[in-house]
Amino acid sequence: MRKSAPLLIAGSALLGSAQAGQANDFSQLERGRYLTQAGNCQGCHTPPGEEPFAGSRALETPFGLIYTPNITFDTETGLGRWTKDDFWRAMHEGKAKDGSQLYPAFPYPHFTKMPREDVDAIYDYLATLDPVRKKKPENELPFPLSWRTTVKGWNMTFFEPGVFRPDPAKSQEWNRGAYLVEGPGHCSGCHTEKNLLGADKKSRHLAGGKLENWAAPDIRGGRHGGLEAWSKAAIVEFLQTGRNAHSAAFSIMSEVISYSTQHMTETDLAAIATYLKDLDGEERAAPATPDDAVMKAGAAIYFDNCSACHVSDGSGVPRFFPPLAGSGNVNNPDATTVIRVILEGARAVPTKRHPSPLTMPAFGWKLDDDGIAAVATYVRSSWGNSGGAVEADEVRDLRSLLAGGPP
Amino acid sequence: MARKLPPVDVVLVGFGWTGAIMAQELTEAGLEVLALERGGWRDTPTHFPPTLAPDELRFYWRHEMFQDTARETLTFRNNASQTALPMRRWGSFLPGSGVGGSGVHWNGQTFRFLPSDFIAASHNADRYGPLPDGMTVQDYGVTYDELEPHFDRFEKLCGIGGKAGNLRGALQAGGNPFEGRRSDEYPNPPMEMTFAQKQFGAAAAELGLKPFPAPSANMSRPYTNPLGVQLAPCTYCGFCEKYGCGNYSKAIPQTTILPVLMGKPNFTLKTHNEVLEIRRDSSGRRATGVTHVDVHGEVFEQPAGIVILCAYPLQNARLMMLSGIGRTYDPRSGEGLVGKNYCYQVVSSVDVFYEDRYTNQFVGAGALGMVIDEYNGDNFDHAGLGFIGGGYLACWTTNARPIETHRTPEGTPEWGAGWKKAVKENFLKSTSVSTHGASMAYAQNHLDLDPIYTDVYGRPLLRMTYDFTPNDRAMTAYLTDRAREIAARMGGREIKVNAREGAYDSMPYQTTHNTGGTIMGSTPQNSVVNRYLQSWDVPNLFVMGAGVFPQNAGYNPTGTVAALTYWAAEAIRSRYLRDPGPMVQA
Repeated sequence: MRKSAPLLIAGSALLGSAQAGQANDFSQLERGRYLTQAGNCQGCHTPPGEEPFAGSRALETPFGLIYTPNITFDTETGLGRWTKDDFWRAMHEGKAKDGSQLYPAFPYPHFTKMPREDVDAIYDYLATLDPVRKKKPENELPFPLSWRTTVKGWNMTFFEPGVFRPDPAKSQEWNRGAYLVEGPGHCSGCHTEKNLLGADKKSRHLAGGKLENWAAPDIRGGRHGGLEAWSKAAIVEFLQTGRNAHSAAFSIMSEVISYSTQHMTETDLAAIATYLKDLDGEERAAPATPDDAVMKAGAAIYFDNCSACHVSDGSGVPRFFPPLAGSGNVNNPDATTVIRVILEGARAVPTKRHPSPLTMPAFGWKLDDDGIAAVATYVRSSWGNSGGAVEADEVRDLRSLLAGGPP
Repeated sequence: MARKLPPVDVVLVGFGWTGAIMAQELTEAGLEVLALERGGWRDTPTHFPPTLAPDELRFYWRHEMFQDTARETLTFRNNASQTALPMRRWGSFLPGSGVGGSGVHWNGQTFRFLPSDFIAASHNADRYGPLPDGMTVQDYGVTYDELEPHFDRFEKLCGIGGKAGNLRGALQAGGNPFEGRRSDEYPNPPMEMTFAQKQFGAAAAELGLKPFPAPSANMSRPYTNPLGVQLAPCTYCGFCEKYGCGNYSKAIPQTTILPVLMGKPNFTLKTHNEVLEIRRDSSGRRATGVTHVDVHGEVFEQPAGIVILCAYPLQNARLMMLSGIGRTYDPRSGEGLVGKNYCYQVVSSVDVFYEDRYTNQFVGAGALGMVIDEYNGDNFDHAGLGFIGGGYLACWTTNARPIETHRTPEGTPEWGAGWKKAVKENFLKSTSVSTHGASMAYAQNHLDLDPIYTDVYGRPLLRMTYDFTPNDRAMTAYLTDRAREIAARMGGREIKVNAREGAYDSMPYQTTHNTGGTIMGSTPQNSVVNRYLQSWDVPNLFVMGAGVFPQNAGYNPTGTVAALTYWAAEAIRSRYLRDPGPMVQA
């Protein structure tokens, strides 16, 4: 198993597990750097503007705040005393050096799919970073979740350790894509709906999820999937540049693109696209037709406030201002992202290819809950969209939640 | 006692168009560049998003984007017999402040000067005989052909929309037949013209003139420039000049350069840091850096290998005077050069009022216009006219903002019910033909330091002594007459001539096209900087901006300012860095 995976995965001839000499081997470090990027380790392990990989970023989970650890090799506060085996156990089994359980906010249910060679390469790469002394704050989790052994039960129910097994019936490209999406890329972390205990709903795999008060769209690319209208090339362009003819990345996805996918090889991005395009979705029942008066009010607000950029027919200016017609975010049954973008605005991620941080302004100060609900309803029900109506209460709740108040 | 900071390769004083271009070019050359900007950081989504940008009260009437006159202004007089008084409120022109400088609130009218504009003294003397007494016009010391590749670069950086008139020597239908030869077409097509432009174009054509669409830095379509930075299509909202563009549709440093520049490890920007003085070593021939003060009043000494003045022209001239570099010009003796040849521009207009046609002039953009160039520069025979130079005539539809714009016909009362009625009747049904005339340098118009008034730091204010000259008056009368001829043919009910007469008045807005004061030329005896914009006195000091124009041309200056900046940057990169010292031997 271990011997075949790396051949497939990196196209490299490295065999066997870590050997002493490999730590200084340039190609080994490059491989580690690449995988560290592919897994977007920097995103979660770096609070905005602080030292990369030194941790302490607060992850908002439905259960409370979890602070990420320092993964530089500082001996007191980081991984400095960890062996390769310790690191492997964390990535593969979700166990810390002392044997305690890590919370699945750390995506070990995905990283477990990585073969030992890949995990060792990441270890070797992280070991080259300047160690930073930085202790993470205590997690803010209620009892009994603060008690790490509760995770044991969770693991028994939801966690299957084991490295990725290629499907021999599928192409090499498909398998590479599947490995990247399900393994290091851990795409379902955001794009799959969770059950009450925070585990992926298997039946809803990559069909859209919710994280930190953002609704992540369906990224299944086949029939009835959220990316059905996207070509493979469009998926590659999106991951590589942050924009394509359909959309522009913002919020959490902009970190993924900024730290991770824009640095990946085109071959790997094409593999991801191949895999996603092979995932069919489920047909959705059309939502009820919104109220006429609401649509009329929404249209008026849209023409005054939105049409300058998104154009009166919702076609936008592709790669500049995203089209709203056919948008995955707009059509998401969960309207959270649409409402939030109107409230707070959004910034398209600057990338190597598109350095402009094109930004939509906030309208939360300018439009009231009824107005936002009306314009969101109009946008979600026009030009062939079928996102459905948004109620003023939803806007009020999210506004209050984002302001730190009760929903 | 100033705190001494670690040295940098280059310090830029001011961070508008010229600062951004220079920073981009010199960081590309591997230099460590620091820009000091007296105003604050500004970016589109934070400071002028489309939800805020079209706020007339805030941005124009309350001057949000302009230099704060309570901290620093200038004193003004028409002539030396008067006592100059401080301008407490900007009027005739609007110096900007903050990142992007006045480049944030410009209209986007982006011309290249004519080849003959760069040799105004020798060309006109050859054709018409010696220049009149007191006229101090001179050649730039650089030619149009030398600047051509740099004009081209700026147009591509900005995504200028237009139609070439002279493509590699071949005249092109629909473009300006008088322009210098261009190496390439504009990167974008012209903007969509509206009713007023069509009327102007037809009327001009009937008179045998050749109208062409104005070159526009307001985007005619989505554009990604050679740096990868994106500009979005213009929505024709009419809030360009005096405003930041919330739709990323106007080329400004923020929409063309800053997204790339700000991420470079060898570039640093310090905002809210005003430069007080250019420092020199004991020989006086070498700049050692600058002294600057931050918003808390702390004073710093910033050593630098090269000092480049990139502030507004009036600031550059003043900073040189305050630093004692060069000799300040004295019109009585004719000696000294800093502050010499201050020039402005002479504009007039003819309004056209329609009875039953809608011009809908609120559907506008800063550089939405049709232009004729028959009466600009030396495109026509001046024999017997009593002036040199000229200007373009254009029908712009730049805006119809509700507080600012109320064009009314001749004989309308200036207030009350009659005025309101006329505004209401004409708001949607009028347009205007404007003239945009050159300003030729005269000995008496100049800049120096005010003997009485000081700024917030106790330094003398800049004093401006300026009035229209005989050349200006003859020129504007001639151009206004030509505008009247066209306007009369545009099919309206009536016209109203707004001639430029009387003394120059510093209050009504005209153009922010102040030039001169740090002029360029061929020798240290006739100029402050050489043809590479390098100080003759201090070879590691460079001066950018329209202050280097020896006289003004009949165009908006930004295109030429930018081309000169690229030209100077190239000289620094390819020559100065290899052999630091004077690039022109005196």
